[in-house]
Amino acid sequence: MAERERISIRGGRLIDPANGIDAALDLHIANGQVVAVGPSPAGFAADRVLEADGQVVCPGFVDLCARLREPGLEHKATIASETLAAAAAGVTTLCCPPDTDPVVDTPAVAQLIYQTGQRRGAARVLPAGALTQQLQGRQITEMAALKRAGCPVMSQADRPVTNTQVQRRALEYAASFDLTVFLHPEDLDLSQGGCVHEGEVGTRLGLPGIPQAAETVAVARDLALAEQTGARIHFRGLSTARATEMLAEAQRRGIAASADVSAHQLVLTESDVDGFDVNCRVVPPLRTRADRDALRHAVARGTVSAICSDHQPHDADAKLAPFPAAAPGISALETLLPLVMSLVQEGVMDLSTAIARLSWGPAEILGLPLGRLDAGRSADVCVFDATATWTLTEQALVSRGHNTPFLGRPLLGRVTWTLLGGRVVFRRSREEA
Amino acid sequence: MSTLVRQLDAQGNLKHFLTVEGLGRDLLTEILDRSEGFLGVARQAVKKVPLCRGKVVANLFFETSTRTRTTFELAAKRLSADVLNLNISTSATAKGETLLDTLRNLEAMHVDMFVVRHADSGAAHFIARHADPHVSIINAGDGRHSHPTQGMLDMFTIRRHKGDFSALTVAIVGDILHSRVARSQIQALNALGAREVRVIAPRTLIPAQAESLGVKVFHSLTEGVRDADVIILLRLQRERMSGALLPSEHEYFRLFGLTEKRLRGAKPDAIVMHPGPINRGVEMDSQVADGPRSVILEQVSNGIAVRMAIMSMCIGTQNLHSQDPHSQDLATRT
Repeated sequence: MAERERISIRGGRLIDPANGIDAALDLHIANGQVVAVGPSPAGFAADRVLEADGQVVCPGFVDLCARLREPGLEHKATIASETLAAAAAGVTTLCCPPDTDPVVDTPAVAQLIYQTGQRRGAARVLPAGALTQQLQGRQITEMAALKRAGCPVMSQADRPVTNTQVQRRALEYAASFDLTVFLHPEDLDLSQGGCVHEGEVGTRLGLPGIPQAAETVAVARDLALAEQTGARIHFRGLSTARATEMLAEAQRRGIAASADVSAHQLVLTESDVDGFDVNCRVVPPLRTRADRDALRHAVARGTVSAICSDHQPHDADAKLAPFPAAAPGISALETLLPLVMSLVQEGVMDLSTAIARLSWGPAEILGLPLGRLDAGRSADVCVFDATATWTLTEQALVSRGHNTPFLGRPLLGRVTWTLLGGRVVFRRSREEA
Repeated sequence: MSTLVRQLDAQGNLKHFLTVEGLGRDLLTEILDRSEGFLGVARQAVKKVPLCRGKVVANLFFETSTRTRTTFELAAKRLSADVLNLNISTSATAKGETLLDTLRNLEAMHVDMFVVRHADSGAAHFIARHADPHVSIINAGDGRHSHPTQGMLDMFTIRRHKGDFSALTVAIVGDILHSRVARSQIQALNALGAREVRVIAPRTLIPAQAESLGVKVFHSLTEGVRDADVIILLRLQRERMSGALLPSEHEYFRLFGLTEKRLRGAKPDAIVMHPGPINRGVEMDSQVADGPRSVILEQVSNGIAVRMAIMSMCIGTQNLHSQDPHSQDLATRT
């Protein structure tokens, strides 16, 4: 492979939360790595200079949950299509859940996904390995082999293990290999048949509800198991205020538990379902304003240390059904940064904290040396205009999935350049900007 | 919001009838007034008026129902419309695409109005959103969400007996959680200014934050019917006995079944209603069902008049927007 370009990103506001940097500093890149922050090192001559005046320069985003639909559901999207969407969104690393077809429960499937991502080259794709075979919650997988094949974490996607003994054994086995386990906290008996938050809007629209206890019961169980086993667990996509309190309390007691929240949960509430908006059908469901505010607070405070897209691109037919029959999920990569920017604008958190939750925070959860810009690290960089306002249209979406409730809404914050391992993988054309 | 479907045209005329929610007192009163006019049609020698002559109404029932479908059919026929009855099983393929495919096929036959019943809440809104703009959709029951024509026929029955709504206390007894009928009744009663709307059931059959619907919640039938002017009993589906919602029909009847004795706590002139079909010995005993306070059969005949009123209003709105002078003429003859 030819020597990669030497690149200088000049004139921007460099924000690197892991190193406590928020200052007007240049960034210099060679051989795919960061070589210096600030003045260029002696003898460094850039092949290419990116002028970032008025822009924010920060670590490329690390998304803990994005479904790429390959293998198995290529009619919805592909690794190629969705990694391009990721690049356009400033996301350089994607962790995809194992609920593909076939399931990521063998090294072969993990390698297929990893290598397809590598070949396309627009974003780093890391498949989460299945915690149990076929995600059926009965027999654990060959986790050591999955880890060797490139799975940084184990996960049950959104099919929680109902047998508590199996869950305990799975956590113990994963802990033997220092693997973090991603858990979707949902008591399936309590949520059965539900499609919205059990509350005022669901009651009025006659939509079957999912109570908050469906989440808190599962969180309580899994925190107890984490305490018992000493395993490291990560709650994927919290939705309730009470769960954030339980997590904070567990963290205080030294239990190795972390959590993320999907960006839409920080912005939307149950009210957005009104009018039967199928694009607001998500799992877990959109909850009350009080829940949303508690989630915001938990993210600002760091109890919840990552914000992810929970990207779920769908074909048009999947949403062409009455609300309860419509497939859940939002095509969310390209609104990840704008939704988080709306929180910065509202004063929920400062820009540096917001960037930490999108980069360093999730990288720490994966246990990978990503999401930061010290010398010697992979030059995964996002350059964005924090003041740009734009309107999301179907034409503007790079993702194959057009299922988003944010179409037509004004958004704040737009990516200008994305670099993965020192290569420019996305550049917004001037006409678009 | 992009998915919000408007039931009214720009001038506030009824285009679709999907839910009572959001409709004002004036419009609801207009429906009731027009229904009075149609009540006489059944007693004429020729039980027909030409308001929907030349129009095609398709009854699109994804859930089986005999009585509701029959009253819609009769209502449409008395308005001189041509009627298609389609019973489509929900079991196999009646999901999203099929629903739209069915719709497109019928649109190709130039149907003017769909009367839709479906097991999913929001199904009528979904169809209204995707249907040709010239077509009107009448919701004949969608999931737990809404059954607005039933709600209005109940209002019509109440008004014929009680007159003004503002002095009324109405108690609705039974499975509020799963009931589309209850939601439509509650919305209509509140819009028409009823003094107090109560719901009575064990907590397993009351939806979360029920008070937000504008009701008072009771778990005791005796307390709930006290001084009530109207008692509406809801049908209890057999399947509620599974799923840990209720222990047995026996205990339900003992606690929430309406008997002559319990009825004594209500106002002396209180009426008893039920959307049917009745489970005798579960929701009420036969003495009450067949007794002098019961207006249950009247509800059925009123149903035809109310459905005629609603269908003719929607078709009238279509005609207002049509260029056909003949239709315009018919529209003004209500």
